[in-house]
Amino acid sequence: MEDSVTATGRIEIDFERCKACELCVPACPTECIGMGTSINRQGYASAVFERPDDCTGCAICAETCPDACILVWR
Amino acid sequence: MSAPGKVGFSKAVYTRPRSLVDVKSHFCPGCHHGTIHKIVAECIDRYDLREKTIGVACVGCSVFLYDYIDVDVVESPHGRAPAVATGVKRAQPDKFVFTYQGDGDLAAIGTSEVIHAANRGENLSVIFVNNTTYGMTGGQMAPTTMLGQKTSTTPYGRDFRSDGYPIRMAELLSGLEGTAYSARVAVSTPAQIRKAKESVRKAFEMQISGMGFSIVEFLSTCPTNWGMKPLDAQKRVLGEMSEYFPLGVFKERKQADVA
Repeated sequence: MEDSVTATGRIEIDFERCKACELCVPACPTECIGMGTSINRQGYASAVFERPDDCTGCAICAETCPDACILVWR
Repeated sequence: MSAPGKVGFSKAVYTRPRSLVDVKSHFCPGCHHGTIHKIVAECIDRYDLREKTIGVACVGCSVFLYDYIDVDVVESPHGRAPAVATGVKRAQPDKFVFTYQGDGDLAAIGTSEVIHAANRGENLSVIFVNNTTYGMTGGQMAPTTMLGQKTSTTPYGRDFRSDGYPIRMAELLSGLEGTAYSARVAVSTPAQIRKAKESVRKAFEMQISGMGFSIVEFLSTCPTNWGMKPLDAQKRVLGEMSEYFPLGVFKERKQADVA
């Protein structure tokens, strides 16, 4: 994924680890995360980094994720 | 996972805690056990305790701690974790000892063990995960089940006339002289997660400085057995559960007792 020009951070969601609990979606203050449609090997439709341009790298999503499948860079 | 390509975002702000084993967890989607594991692992990393920590796991979903936290773990089913932890800590006082217990384990089967460990002021830390039900065995009523909550053994809702009232363990244990630190936290909002980390840090510090028994009670979700979506389960913790089980620090010892 190309780094965005306006963003001050970026996240990476582990597609295979995500269990689609959706806890990260309302946790993100800039609403960058949405739910995807493709199903992973566990059978869940993983969350996706929908709007990378607004990411601030605050890491709230990563702290919220129970499965520790979000990594954050700034 | 690959490292980011551009130089701009090269600083890792959040990565998996070192003490958390890099494997897929068996927990249901949205279960707070994962979040609590992360907090415990982060605090172990913070004080660099990984090589000198002995965990004591209990029975229930929380027993799988030994698969996910990269420390030595003794398995002590059916509430006996504080008793086993007492032995471990007394035999090896230089080790850092914590137990990780659910509410069916700590508040029902192991009530006497935890009360007496606290009363003796054993220098160990207890992480108590309260999800108001027996998660692993199919959602039976636990002592912490809320009044009116439907479980597989209270199909019409918990009734105080036959089942009694939910136990507030953090308050109960804070009343004991041997308890050095007792707090109740939740992990349903980012702010609560930060406060929870602070509480676990304090509990760990109590043991490191030899103050005595410390317990942190976590209000957790069990979306599967509550029959809720993870987000609705979080709302239940924030609403109904936080009302009955108030969050906060109930006891914090400032100075160690001297004989």
